[in-house]
Amino acid sequence: MQIEPREHVAPWRIAFAPVAAVFVSLLLGSVLILWVGAPVLEAYVLLVKGAVGSSFALTETLTRSIPLIFTGLAATIAFRAKFYNIGAEGQLYCGALAATFFGTGLITLPPLLMIPFLMLVGALAGGAALAVPVMLKTHLKVDEVVTTLLLNFVILLFVGYFLEGPLKDPMSMGWPQAEPIIDEGLFPSLVDKSRLHFGFIFALIGSVLCWAMMRFTVWGYEIRAVGLNASAAKFAGINVNTTVIRTALISGGLAGIAGVSEVAGLKGYLTLDISPGFGYTGIAVAMLAQLNPLAVILSALFISMIYVGADSMSRAINIPTYIADVLVGLSVLSILVSVMLTRYRVRFR
Amino acid sequence: MALLAFHNITKRFGSLTANDNISFSLDKGEVIALLGENGAGKTTLMNILYGHYTADRGYIEVDGQKLPAGQTDAAINAGIGMVHQHFTLAENLTVLENIMLGTESLWSLGQKRAPAKAKLAQMSKDYGLKINPDARVADLSVGERQRVEILKALYRDARVLILDEPTAVLTPQEADSLFKTLKSLTKEGFSIIFISHKLHEILAISTRVEVLRRGKIVGSIETEKADRKLLAEMMVGRTVERPVLEQMAIGKPIVVLDNVSIEDKSKDTSGIPKLNQINLTVHQHEIVGIAGVAGNGQSTLADLLSGLEKPDAGSFTLLGKEVTSASPADIVHRGVGRIPEDRHSSGVVGEMMLWENLISEDLRHTPVSKAGVLIDRKACLERANKLIDAFDIRCEGPEAETKLLSGGNMQKLILARALSPKPDFILANQPVRGLDEGAIAYVHEQLLAARKRGAAVLLISEDLDELFALCDRIAVMYHGNLTPSYDAKTLTTAEVGLMMAGQQSENVNHSSKTNSGNEEQSYAN
Amino acid sequence: MMDILEILVSAGFWAATIRIVSPLILGTLGELICERAGVLNLGIEGIMTMGAMSGWMWVYMGGDLWTGVMFAAFLGLMFGLLHSIFTVYLGLSQHVTGIGITLFASSLSYYVYRMLLPDATTPPKIEPFQVYEVPFLSEIPLIGEALFSQTPLTYLALILVPIVWYVLYKTPLGLAVRMSGENPMAVEAQGINVLTIRTGAVMVGSAFMAVGGAFITMSAFDAFFFGMINGRGWICIALVIFASWKPGKALLGALLFAGLDALQVRAQQTAGALIPYQFFLMMPYILSIVAMVIMARKASYPKALLVPFRRGERT
Repeated sequence: MQIEPREHVAPWRIAFAPVAAVFVSLLLGSVLILWVGAPVLEAYVLLVKGAVGSSFALTETLTRSIPLIFTGLAATIAFRAKFYNIGAEGQLYCGALAATFFGTGLITLPPLLMIPFLMLVGALAGGAALAVPVMLKTHLKVDEVVTTLLLNFVILLFVGYFLEGPLKDPMSMGWPQAEPIIDEGLFPSLVDKSRLHFGFIFALIGSVLCWAMMRFTVWGYEIRAVGLNASAAKFAGINVNTTVIRTALISGGLAGIAGVSEVAGLKGYLTLDISPGFGYTGIAVAMLAQLNPLAVILSALFISMIYVGADSMSRAINIPTYIADVLVGLSVLSILVSVMLTRYRVRFR
Repeated sequence: MALLAFHNITKRFGSLTANDNISFSLDKGEVIALLGENGAGKTTLMNILYGHYTADRGYIEVDGQKLPAGQTDAAINAGIGMVHQHFTLAENLTVLENIMLGTESLWSLGQKRAPAKAKLAQMSKDYGLKINPDARVADLSVGERQRVEILKALYRDARVLILDEPTAVLTPQEADSLFKTLKSLTKEGFSIIFISHKLHEILAISTRVEVLRRGKIVGSIETEKADRKLLAEMMVGRTVERPVLEQMAIGKPIVVLDNVSIEDKSKDTSGIPKLNQINLTVHQHEIVGIAGVAGNGQSTLADLLSGLEKPDAGSFTLLGKEVTSASPADIVHRGVGRIPEDRHSSGVVGEMMLWENLISEDLRHTPVSKAGVLIDRKACLERANKLIDAFDIRCEGPEAETKLLSGGNMQKLILARALSPKPDFILANQPVRGLDEGAIAYVHEQLLAARKRGAAVLLISEDLDELFALCDRIAVMYHGNLTPSYDAKTLTTAEVGLMMAGQQSENVNHSSKTNSGNEEQSYAN
Repeated sequence: MMDILEILVSAGFWAATIRIVSPLILGTLGELICERAGVLNLGIEGIMTMGAMSGWMWVYMGGDLWTGVMFAAFLGLMFGLLHSIFTVYLGLSQHVTGIGITLFASSLSYYVYRMLLPDATTPPKIEPFQVYEVPFLSEIPLIGEALFSQTPLTYLALILVPIVWYVLYKTPLGLAVRMSGENPMAVEAQGINVLTIRTGAVMVGSAFMAVGGAFITMSAFDAFFFGMINGRGWICIALVIFASWKPGKALLGALLFAGLDALQVRAQQTAGALIPYQFFLMMPYILSIVAMVIMARKASYPKALLVPFRRGERT
């Protein structure tokens, strides 16, 4: 078997890669559906219906995509600089914790200021959560993958402590949950009688801003150059450490905002289960989007569709909901291969 | 019957045909030189012979038996041994471990070290290749590592030795001793394929020369019938004229290194400083050459002058201002143009576009960016178009991917970036490595033009011919030390060779020491 | 202070340490084998989950314990093969592939568990490995109880340390594995297929990880819970760095780590009133980070770690 680079990468291949990856994932997933003894096609039809078949389903899918867009962007920006931030889950909780800390009565501002303020403190907290791993990476060359992964567990326990201790809602009947965010801090609703909130608009704006940063600014140039060839970037006079640290702070900030959005947009208060792994799923979102911030919107919508659809499908025909996680895991693997096939051809002899 | 025969070997990489229908044969005791420019396809052919690559067409016979394609173990079993240009040794392991790898069944439950050691000792003695089997490869000198590579092949009972540019990393004297070893090996009945683009070596060692150009054999000649001029023409396809050094009075000093030292902070080396009390002055209108075997501190010196490394002691002065702790960006903006040693790994970002690589040293300045934030794409593209014309970069346009450029054009892109701001000081680190004659001539012309307009140039090279052709003065690096610089006109290759081996300048005729580094006072005006 | 001393001389503490250390040894050795061959395996967390689920499920479905362990090991081999196809043969990012494998393997474990046991609300139990007291040796005070009154899988883990050391340092195969992690071209040039060596190492290493996971459900506990691996895989990766990629040091590091963990559990009981329990639970993760920081500068890592080797590609 011989792998040879292609000299020219046709744009249609790049566009087609995620489609192929999704198709392959669904195909492999169908083996699991068959194993349960359920009809494959019907199951996938139910999944799509459950995700977009009614206006309620649709708003649910859009709502679910909000944190995924933010964590997807967090992974996208970091991975572009080859900084493997696998800690978006923890950073999300840090953002949520900060929003809870400041948003439950400590500070009261008019909504027009309160909401941006909560997002700011959430972003700062998310960035701060990544400050230690990134400094360890740039100054002591400690691998960031393992430190960010391990910190996820630390942060979750830390949040757990706050929810059972200092930030516990006295009215919560013993459940570990925080007091609700004050009304001024809550994101306005987008569609009546649905859970879809203003966070969706923020997520769209975030994607466009990230895209513009990567494409038009010196920062974006530096992130790309450092990720593609750090030693050439350093030689040219780009400060690699500064760039990596800046990238990490932006990445952590985006993940932090995901947490703010879940607390102040969706739930209204912090619990230990606001994220069923959004941080990890964000990696899949970013990979499917081939690290393009605009494409993150599409891939987050797709993955949120799978999650929301799988819930209703599993209620209908008894397929474990974990099918959604399996499909997401499979799509990370298959996108790797399909992107590779856009750049290389494999020859067998 | 020939010992080894190539039959119509063809190998393509994408659209590039690296080997085109190559046939020739090798007899017992013969030394065939494979001569060709960089990129002519010599190494590719040998990699096919050794089984690293599989040919698209054609086959190889050893003793009349067809050699299975693409299998290194089959080549080894057929008695072929290869001394790679980039040694295939694991530095963290010992000499013995490196040699023993692959000699025993992978499934045996233990290693027979003692007999292996004895066999190695015997071979060391027989062929005069002294080596300590228990030494870690990382602690060996380049010459010793090459010995390990040769022993590795001999240990596997090779009858045909392939040597890929074996002298590139040796001093002239070490090269001579290698040639002696090779000659004694041929007397024992070994056959040798010797890859080189250095004509004098080929004339000295080979019995026959096969000349490759653009993947094709363009000529085959008995060495005794050949001479330098003929071989050069066969290799390049036309007569080559190297530019000549114009006589010129030097101006004021541009770069002064005063007693600069850089300690080696990494843990696995022997504690030799990377730079040891270096003194160096480069003036306007002159090219100073730095000779030396690779790995004697040249890259650290280049890193220092590029702003990538900071000295632990001493000072670095540029145009009369101390820049000891300047960053690469500062260095560039104070008027230094830098040509890095390795185009691909530190010169360009291959996946970015041409125009993007052209602005990488200038990101936060107008006209590249507005207020150091927004990149002005239009202005950048305009500038890129101008530079592509001015430096004759052959490409599909400023938005082409940089990695698609040929070596020569990629180097032109780096020259365009480094030289277009008309820097006062030019650091050229191995600027023609891996280029073909046309590109080499172009790079040299650019350096000479810069000298003429008044720039100071420091040329680091392992190629003594290049240094003697271009430099006003030459200094030599050895183990982090820099000799005083000597007038190139009064220096001989042999003298430089001795200095490259660390022999002090007593061996060098003192009368030639006219222009050494510490005499900036005399040129201060 | 007295409390801690008391704990340190109690046989129960040491027995617990050895118990905690077993899956860590297996996971750390597995990761070490992969990395020595030049491949980072971030699939470890998922592969351990898969091992924990599959070994347990095998027994729950009526299989016996040892074939259950072998079944887990077999699935480990398969996920190792998957990881190798991606990272060794296709040369894809070892980071992203590993994370993908972890996401895939753990969600697949949960899916299969739910599929086979759709109605289980309280996790069903199996009859796990029983303590096997080594004759005579187990009667030695303190050491006997700590070291020789354990389950067979613990003995297996402990025996594997010298075996892995011997294979890596004293056999031609081990030399080829180490060389693949240092300079794959050197292996290739001696006529050995790097891709095969790396694939074999990753598969065997992954089997170790899966057995490490199986230990948790078949020896330490008797049931499978969601999220029960709980970052142990990541801790193993930190331990490999802490051990400078050496099997002996890996055992020491794992013991130190497990000892502190066992100490932490006991300290919770005494100091739990003063310090919230979450801070005790954080200790393993923080210790892992600290261990990496301490060793990051000193360790000399395999030079070709993370570097894919593409045969016959033009360099």
